[in-house]
Amino acid sequence: MLTELRIAGFGGQGVILAAHIIGNAVTLIEKGYATMTQNYGPEARGGAASAALVLSDEPVLYPYLTEPGILIAMSLEAYTKFGPEVKEGGFLLVEEDLVQLDALPKVPKCKIYGIPATRFAEELGKKMVLNVIMVGFFSAITKAVSPEACRAGVEHEVPKRFVDLNVKAFNRGYEYGLDVLSRQGERTRPGEEMISGLELENHPR
Amino acid sequence: MSTLIEPTALTNPVERVLRNDRIPTIWCPGCGIGTTVNSFAYALMASGADLKKTAIVSGIGCSGRVSGYVQLDSFHTTHGRAIPFATGLKLANPELTVVVYSGDGDLTSIGGNHLIHAARRNMDLLVVCVNNMIYAMTGGQAAATTPGAATSTTTPYGSFEPELNIPQLVDAAGACYVARWTAFHVKQLEKSMTEALKKKGFRFIEVLSPCPTLYGRRNGYADGLAQMKEYKELAKVKNGAPTYEVAITTGKPIIVGKFVDRDRPDYLTLMRSQLGAHYHEIAEAGVGCGDDSEGKEGCCSC
Amino acid sequence: MHAEKESVLTGIHFINGDTACCEGLLAAGAKFAAGYPITPSTEVVERFAQRAPTVGGLFIQMEDELAASITLQGMVWAGQKSFTVTSGPGYSLMMEHIGYAAMTETPCVFVDVQRGGPSTGLPTLPAQGDMMQARFGSHGDYSTISLVPNSPQECFDLSVTAMNLAEKFRVPVMFMMDECVGHMTEKVVIPPAEEIEVQPRRRTSKPPDEYLAYEVGEDLVPEMAHAGEGYGLYITGLTHDKKGYPLMNPKQQRELIPRLFEKISRAADELTIVEADGVEGADVVVVSYGITSRVAMRAVHLAREKGLKVGSLRLICVWPFPEKLIRQLAPKVKALIMPELNMGQVVIELERCSGGKTNVVSLPHPGGTVHDPLVILEAIERGAQ
Repeated sequence: MLTELRIAGFGGQGVILAAHIIGNAVTLIEKGYATMTQNYGPEARGGAASAALVLSDEPVLYPYLTEPGILIAMSLEAYTKFGPEVKEGGFLLVEEDLVQLDALPKVPKCKIYGIPATRFAEELGKKMVLNVIMVGFFSAITKAVSPEACRAGVEHEVPKRFVDLNVKAFNRGYEYGLDVLSRQGERTRPGEEMISGLELENHPR
Repeated sequence: MSTLIEPTALTNPVERVLRNDRIPTIWCPGCGIGTTVNSFAYALMASGADLKKTAIVSGIGCSGRVSGYVQLDSFHTTHGRAIPFATGLKLANPELTVVVYSGDGDLTSIGGNHLIHAARRNMDLLVVCVNNMIYAMTGGQAAATTPGAATSTTTPYGSFEPELNIPQLVDAAGACYVARWTAFHVKQLEKSMTEALKKKGFRFIEVLSPCPTLYGRRNGYADGLAQMKEYKELAKVKNGAPTYEVAITTGKPIIVGKFVDRDRPDYLTLMRSQLGAHYHEIAEAGVGCGDDSEGKEGCCSC
Repeated sequence: MHAEKESVLTGIHFINGDTACCEGLLAAGAKFAAGYPITPSTEVVERFAQRAPTVGGLFIQMEDELAASITLQGMVWAGQKSFTVTSGPGYSLMMEHIGYAAMTETPCVFVDVQRGGPSTGLPTLPAQGDMMQARFGSHGDYSTISLVPNSPQECFDLSVTAMNLAEKFRVPVMFMMDECVGHMTEKVVIPPAEEIEVQPRRRTSKPPDEYLAYEVGEDLVPEMAHAGEGYGLYITGLTHDKKGYPLMNPKQQRELIPRLFEKISRAADELTIVEADGVEGADVVVVSYGITSRVAMRAVHLAREKGLKVGSLRLICVWPFPEKLIRQLAPKVKALIMPELNMGQVVIELERCSGGKTNVVSLPHPGGTVHDPLVILEAIERGAQ
């Protein structure tokens, strides 16, 4: 099984850390293979940041993405730039307060799920943990990486004094993801509507 | 009744500091470099430096050959890069006394950037710059130090660039000891070198030195002695002179003396004290892992 | 000799190639380094600056690459193992000092994380355009060793090897990474210190009055003494005699320069470091190195799925070139295919060593990304006909 995943957002949102957590989870915990590459730009903060992961159960040869099956978009720019490359039937996970789906002339034909991760992060007291909330959401929705492995990845990547907060953030995203899935039922058709616990009906299309 | 001295007893007093199997030197009759080496040899002995723990580093050029005539650990490096090589020696073995001995073209032109930054870092080095105002080994081309009125093979109509005031440069960059002498001032030079050898930090001594073959011949000096006579006549000892006032201008007095002598912590001293303050972080870095690029910010607050 | 425990970050890590390279050099015994920042190599020295003080060493950021590439040699002559790290533009500036290290036989490692060029080129994107520079970049004639890793794991493993070979042969070793491998993050297993073999400095056992700095024995590699040990060293970039004294004449040149080649060429078998996969009995062999080898392997898998008899020969040590191996292989295959992220550099050597005995196909690529595996597949299919 080969999974191609991109995580993208503003510089400073912790895109790279999110990728590291997933990479750690896959390689060190689940004993699989992960190859992470990232886009480098002169802008350290505020500009577009993106990380790509190839996850596999055998050694990864080709290091870059060819047809990403999952996009985690934490900014509008990330969504408009990388949304179109997601393969049909893939997953598009967005920070729903920052991403307007109609910003793309043609919304990709994939399963789109939204989460108000920034708001959740603020509720947890640190806006910075938005990225880890997204990782939790990713784990719940896509099942590409188990929550146990992801939590271990968080513990491995984050300095000790912040582990508790970040595990909380992960759980918040993960549980919200499970909740969204449970409420999904018959009401949504993949690729046509954003599935969100908060704005399922009202989302401007 | 006269006493006969056995020829074997007639040894050069600085012999033990020199590589006698390398002598005669490559330097021309009348050249001042050998004179400066003589002062340096006396200074080495006077300073009490452990010669086995002293290294000498040169770049390329006539003065760049000095390292090869002194019985120390000798490193004849590439053009302009004696200072960074010496920096590596000193950092990796702080017990060493490291001397850079090279020429004006090597140290101030092709190696000018290293001179500035070694002074800025206050790297614990003694730099002796023999200034003969010309690229001599390559046949007499203009240097950054060639006075405007002088001619050289590449400035046959005179140079159109003002010459570099080296003491001012190294003073501004932060050297803790700056002096200038000429090949005529052998005693003062020896004393200055001795003093500088005992001091810590970046120390710089400029020595004006005649080059009869490639500078003098072209610029109206009959021989090396004529340039020495001019040093004697024009030199004015002015210790503590502001370095912006010591530029060398043809026909004007040559200001010599010790211009700068100050104390500030050298690179390794500063490093040790700052590393001490970060002891816990350093201990953590030794056992920690993971990549620190871009973003620990997801973990907040830091 | 084994690595020192405190220098080795034993464990399983998810780190990038630059970081792994730094850890490898530390494990190999380097505690001192000099550098100058340049993308995409900077993470190596950033990491080293953080780690070196924990093992009693230091990193100094010099004013430019000219300085960095000679400062490290001062560190070596003071008794330490040392290296520098750079990328294309900085590598060009370091060339003179690679020659100085070759001439003075200063053991050290130059890491070049290759990016697209020439000139400023593509600072954040990969290429393999410095391969000929690694071999011939400095003026004059000398021989050296170039290793090319294709994963973060190898950035660790091979940087240990690079330092070991530098010490063993007393040459500057070129560690030729690229942006993709340097910035790529993967699992890296760092073994316990006692499992890491480290080549100690080849120090003389002779007292100063018997020591000649460039006297050699059987393997043509001289034994070293350091500054401050009372040997009165004389080290120069000029052509020199056994004592190290300048001796500039054709006879001495003939005595010295061929030896600098021969000490490497004598060890040709030891320095034939390759990874062969299905080469025996193959119709076509893809010869590649570095990041390109992974893409090539994907193409090889695709070709095998189509029933083609295709092998992969990955050059881990590119210089010295595995001449004997290629001379033996060439007559046995229909084609040798070489994809590389340059306009055709190492393929020149491949073609020379093939001696017209097979069809050598160059797959050039100007860099910025890696090859499309399908392009390599197509070449394999054509080569197999």
